[in-house]
Amino acid sequence: MRRQLQTMRKSLFDQGYLDEQFVQLEELQDDANPNFVEEVVTLYYRDSGRIILNIEQALERKPFDFNKLDAYMHQFKGSSSSIGAKKVKAESTLFREYCRSRNGEGCMRTFQQLKKEYATLRRKLEAYFQLARQAGPVETACRPK
Amino acid sequence: MMLGNCATSSSLSTTSDEDIVNNNLTALVVDDSPMIRKLHDMHLKKFGLKVQVAENGKNAIDLFRCGASFNLILMDKEMPIMDGAEATRELRTMGVTSMIVGVTSLDSIFDRQAFMEAGLDHCFTKPLTTENINFLLQELNKNNEEN
Repeated sequence: MRRQLQTMRKSLFDQGYLDEQFVQLEELQDDANPNFVEEVVTLYYRDSGRIILNIEQALERKPFDFNKLDAYMHQFKGSSSSIGAKKVKAESTLFREYCRSRNGEGCMRTFQQLKKEYATLRRKLEAYFQLARQAGPVETACRPK
Repeated sequence: MMLGNCATSSSLSTTSDEDIVNNNLTALVVDDSPMIRKLHDMHLKKFGLKVQVAENGKNAIDLFRCGASFNLILMDKEMPIMDGAEATRELRTMGVTSMIVGVTSLDSIFDRQAFMEAGLDHCFTKPLTTENINFLLQELNKNNEEN
């Protein structure tokens, strides 16, 4: 099971879902706080869910307020960076570029892709944490090669 | 001195001389994001600091008005009720000499400069890294030796 967990973890990095920041989170976890990473990720999905809703509502209002959309996405990107959500962060960057160029179609298209990446990462991380709980505590974080 | 619920040390690592020095240091994390508060709280505790958190600038000001003091304040910029720039200006007006470090996701040089001018000692992009914290602790310990 431990090997399965390591394989799952490695694939999250190899497939570009997570970056170095996630490793920094893992390095903060210890015996006194064995679920620290999962707790932080849970807080991320709670906080960022609200921002996603704000963006959805803003995209329903025409004409688009690109400044507001950019501000929301800036906040969302910051949160996503904090857990190492690499693909989500990339889509956030693209969305902001479309905001700056006042490209509404680009914003809508990118937002749909962002939500897919966001949901996929959530699913993968939930599966990972579930397996991690079953496998028991790990001594140290292993940096991906 | 700190007020309110005291932070408890979570580190089980061997105590070094540096840990002993850092264990005398106190920090206040001011951020409206529960995730960032948790992240920075844990990060600072790993370095041996005693940490308290506040949800916005006003709560931070209120702590100081009640007599609390901290060696280090990590101050977010964008917060409801009172943002980081306003809170920093107010703290400096009150005579607070703690090291105040802006931790922000602002990417405009102009916005960062404006935040610095409110009275920050340093400004970093969030979240803080181990390197950032090492740098800040060196600065704090240097200041303590000078005083």
